[in-house]
Amino acid sequence: MQSEWITQESGHVSLHGEWTLRYYRDIKGTLRQLGSISSSNRLTLSGFKRLDTAGATLIVELIGVKKAKQVSEWAADLPKEQLALLVRIAEAMEEPLDVAPASPHRVTDALATVGQQVAALWEQQRQLLGFVGLVLATLFSLLFRPHRWRITATVAHVQQSGLNAVPIVALLTFMVGAVVAFLGATVLKDFGATIYTIDLVAFSFLREFGVLLAAILLAGRTASAFTAQLGAMKSNEEIDALQAQGLDPIELLVLPRVMAMLISLPLLAFVGMLSGLVGGAMVATLSLDISITQFIATLQKDVSVTHFLVGLSKAPVFAFVIAVIGCLEGFKVSGSAQSVGAHTTSSVVQSIFMVILIDALAALFFMEMGW
Amino acid sequence: MVTTTHSQSEQHDQPVIQVQGLVNSFGPVVVHEALDLTLKRGEILGVVGGSGTGKSVLLRSIVGLKRPNGGTIDVLGSRLNELNEQQRSQVERRFGVLFQRGALFSSLNLQENVALPLIEHAKLPREDAEYLARIKLSLVGLPAKAALQFPESLSGGMVKRAALARALALDPDILFLDEPTAGLDPIGAAAFDQLLVTLRDALGFSVFLVTHDLDTLYAACDRVAVLSQKRVLVTDTLENVAKTDDAWVQEYFNGPRGRAAKHSVASTISKE
Ligand SMILES: Nc1ncnc2c1ncn2[C@@H]1O[C@H](COP(=O)(O)OP(=O)(O)O)[C@@H](O)[C@H]1O
Ligand SMILES: [Mg+2]
Repeated sequence: MQSEWITQESGHVSLHGEWTLRYYRDIKGTLRQLGSISSSNRLTLSGFKRLDTAGATLIVELIGVKKAKQVSEWAADLPKEQLALLVRIAEAMEEPLDVAPASPHRVTDALATVGQQVAALWEQQRQLLGFVGLVLATLFSLLFRPHRWRITATVAHVQQSGLNAVPIVALLTFMVGAVVAFLGATVLKDFGATIYTIDLVAFSFLREFGVLLAAILLAGRTASAFTAQLGAMKSNEEIDALQAQGLDPIELLVLPRVMAMLISLPLLAFVGMLSGLVGGAMVATLSLDISITQFIATLQKDVSVTHFLVGLSKAPVFAFVIAVIGCLEGFKVSGSAQSVGAHTTSSVVQSIFMVILIDALAALFFMEMGW
Repeated sequence: MVTTTHSQSEQHDQPVIQVQGLVNSFGPVVVHEALDLTLKRGEILGVVGGSGTGKSVLLRSIVGLKRPNGGTIDVLGSRLNELNEQQRSQVERRFGVLFQRGALFSSLNLQENVALPLIEHAKLPREDAEYLARIKLSLVGLPAKAALQFPESLSGGMVKRAALARALALDPDILFLDEPTAGLDPIGAAAFDQLLVTLRDALGFSVFLVTHDLDTLYAACDRVAVLSQKRVLVTDTLENVAKTDDAWVQEYFNGPRGRAAKHSVASTISKE
């Protein structure tokens, strides 16, 4: 047998040519055809044009680690570097190289995954409760010590997460208000009761949509920002540095964010309610022939202030949940870039889920109370 | 030389890197001015200099991460700023770079980190690439079970070793190391120096080694280049460099730490 890399004739095998990464696959294929060479064969290594680690690996595989380590005894005419390389590679391959990943077993693996997920979910909720407790404890301990309030940081966060979100919240609720009005008009026209469109828009926005839409927007916009900020600090060991200096990251980093959300979300909810009503009013005037004065008069007559208070009472709860989830997920970030992504996603999903869950429970509660 | 790809223009005794009249600046801040530097084939060149003298910038402009503001850089017989995109990538493929903080890909495990260039550049199938990657990891002295670990779970020394394995993935002709032993304990650092020399002898690459570590200079470097006053003040063997009449050099080599390093090397040599 004769090829570019290996010649075999009458029990004499000789390796030559260019044994490099570039030809790794070709050489491997040639060697596979050849099968193993028996130890009775005489072997010469001569005149490799070039040899690199990949080529050396193939040679060591072919002749065995033991023989390769003694290469200088039986192939002394190879250049010094090639001998050294073969010996180094043989030494490296002496260690067990194969790390078998755990053997795949479909059914039990699936069961194990389910178990892990459930345990992880439970652990997540436990951590969240613990963190809520921690934040509340810190909050109350600082409540009566105003000199330790972080006014500047809080105001900066109010600007970022509250003020800067006003346009998008206003626009979104305006459009949803218009849609609800159209919907109401279409359904109520058959009963000749289009005037009740006003009540529909007012009830839905004061009680639910104003605060819910604002909360969902902030969950996407601010919870993710909090997670990414704290996550980057965590992976840069900044949070450890704070702790090592005896500073409390909850007090310095979490509380200003929670406070900022507690201030921003009620205000944004109010903006949302107003602009939803404006959206409804616009549709009412433009396509239902209801004048603005009539709209306002009906509002005053039909809609009690309770609805507004019921809606607004949910805002601080949502704000707290969103801020706390955003910060907690940030603290959970570990070194890798992937982990930042995973926790940011998780913080948005969790906070939207919690907002809607709490909203549903609150709706039940308020209905039973007759508020 | 075992691992070199010989192109036509490349002679054997030609320096692998020749920098002439290099100018680098960031806005008004001039970092290098008329800087000359030579890296000979097969040598380990230690590049030293105070913090902020532009060692990292020099490394980055040679490997093509920063475009120099003037001067020429010849690497492996071709002039870098005259090459087109594709030729450049051909040359850059023959570099191995170990960044100051390791820069391992955090979402890949070690074996995948090393296998990535083998899959992307050498077009090996994943299985072969990961097998070769495990050999590389073993070559730099990491245990087999580390192959499936992720960078975040590694100690500083292991990160440096893994980053070295990745730099060696494609059997580079030139290895660039930016402070590889910074942040390692002295024993780990000494082992790294030893590893570097062994691998250089076996694989025959040339090394551009930025370091602050005097022990590394004594243990591993064939020549030392001193960066000072925006240029390379002197490039020579350690002995001759230490004799240079320059305040920083004298302070560096003959200050308390310099003497300690020299002393420890002298005593290990006399023991042998
Ligand atoms: N991207 C950059 N923008 C502006 N200045 C820079 C940049 N990178 C480096 N410098 C400046 O160049 C000088 C040299 O930096 P560097 O090469 O990192 O020093 P060192 O020798 O410690 O590695 C420093 O003064 C630094 O401020
Ligand atoms: Mg540097």
